[in-house]
Amino acid sequence: MSTETAEKAIIVKDSEAFLSKRRKKLITDPLVDDNPITIQVLGICSALAVTTQMQPTLVMALSVIFVMVMANLTISLLKNKIPGRVRIIVQLAVVATLVTLVNEVLKAFAFDMYKELSVFVGLIITNCIVMGRLEAFALGNKPYDSILDGFGSALGYSWIILTVAFFRELWGSGSIFGIPVFDYVSGLFGEDFNLATNGLMVSPVGAFIILGLLIWVQRSKTGYVEH
Amino acid sequence: MQQSNAYIITFSVILTVVLGLLLSGTSEILKPIQKKAEELDTKKQILGAVLPAEKIAEMKPEEVNEFYADRITSTVVNIKGEEVEEQDGAKVTAETVDVGKNYKKDPEERLFPVFIFLEEGSEEAAIAYVLPVYGNGLWDKIWGFVALKTDMDTIEGVTFSHAGETPGLGARITTLDVQQRYKNKTIYNEEGELVSVYMQKGEGKDYSDDAHKIDGLSGATITAVGVNKMLKNYLEYYQAYMDTKKEESSKVAMN
Repeated sequence: MSTETAEKAIIVKDSEAFLSKRRKKLITDPLVDDNPITIQVLGICSALAVTTQMQPTLVMALSVIFVMVMANLTISLLKNKIPGRVRIIVQLAVVATLVTLVNEVLKAFAFDMYKELSVFVGLIITNCIVMGRLEAFALGNKPYDSILDGFGSALGYSWIILTVAFFRELWGSGSIFGIPVFDYVSGLFGEDFNLATNGLMVSPVGAFIILGLLIWVQRSKTGYVEH
Repeated sequence: MQQSNAYIITFSVILTVVLGLLLSGTSEILKPIQKKAEELDTKKQILGAVLPAEKIAEMKPEEVNEFYADRITSTVVNIKGEEVEEQDGAKVTAETVDVGKNYKKDPEERLFPVFIFLEEGSEEAAIAYVLPVYGNGLWDKIWGFVALKTDMDTIEGVTFSHAGETPGLGARITTLDVQQRYKNKTIYNEEGELVSVYMQKGEGKDYSDDAHKIDGLSGATITAVGVNKMLKNYLEYYQAYMDTKKEESSKVAMN
């Protein structure tokens, strides 16, 4: 996707604006038109596992954003130095290090979340989105663009998992971010009125259902058809 | 991109060293903070067996530490119920005993920590005794704390944790719902035998008339069995200690 093809004539190029149209697209495309989960169907595993409640999902989303931005940046900075034959391993090493760093920081400053997310932060490395973007973009593009691309993809992933978590927590446990909404609403209608929670939502089955519905809604809106 | 073998090897070595330094450096710097966080978590779990969860949730870390320092004292006992102050020349306290490591040893050689929940303002009058328990779940280790009232029979409360049980199934042992089922159950039957409290198979039944049975976990039978074994084993290990405490309190009552 390199638009900087070498020109023989000496033309002084205006440096691209920080958020030029092309760069804005790097962030906005993965939000809807090219969403990693709903369109590319990548990274489903963690979309199911951590989304039973919103708080761990938020921590997961922030971790993924951090890992993707830093990984994209690092690989892009090193892209001319990485020997071709070991590039996958180098990518793995970088992502694994970042993921471990996130885990250590969580363990030190957010122990409850660390306990709750346990293995899933470590599993970010298995999330296809991360390696996918490194291969497809960071290896061939400049650092700042790579940061934007990583940020965009991670955002696309994040808003999907947060939406899934919103519905799963609301219908499955009757709360949002731990605030017991169902109890509050039931309270409004008097003592005998009880909004029941749906146990299915707490299991992975519920996650699949919500995810499927989301994919359906999004693809109908953008008109994407798989070939 | 140079492709020579020498380059590849040099690059890999340098990368490994850099990443390695980054990781070990971070780990070293964060270690004391992590230790404090872990200790705070353990204290919260111990308090969780004797205090209502909402109360603990409201407390800030300094408050938890203060409360713990005021109201919890501890001791270490062996399988015979005798208090132990040092082992192999090193001083031993409840906070330094690693229940997990001790689990691997023979019960006769193990050290058993006891946490005593004191009355407010007192330095000796106990309200409850908190006993750490440890065992195997379905996938990995499980552990927790059982708080007994001073009669050494009625359960004041429990907290459980696990290393890798299935979220939504075995992992439910950490939920308040499940832990509250143990409240006020007794561990000795009418003949004075230690029978412990058992999770039954299946879920949804009411066991309020049975002092030794509680509702199980649907879909997590093996974890429940693990919990049952863990409780029975450890209550047996602490039995000698509990007997001495019962003797003490009945002596006091007779006076």
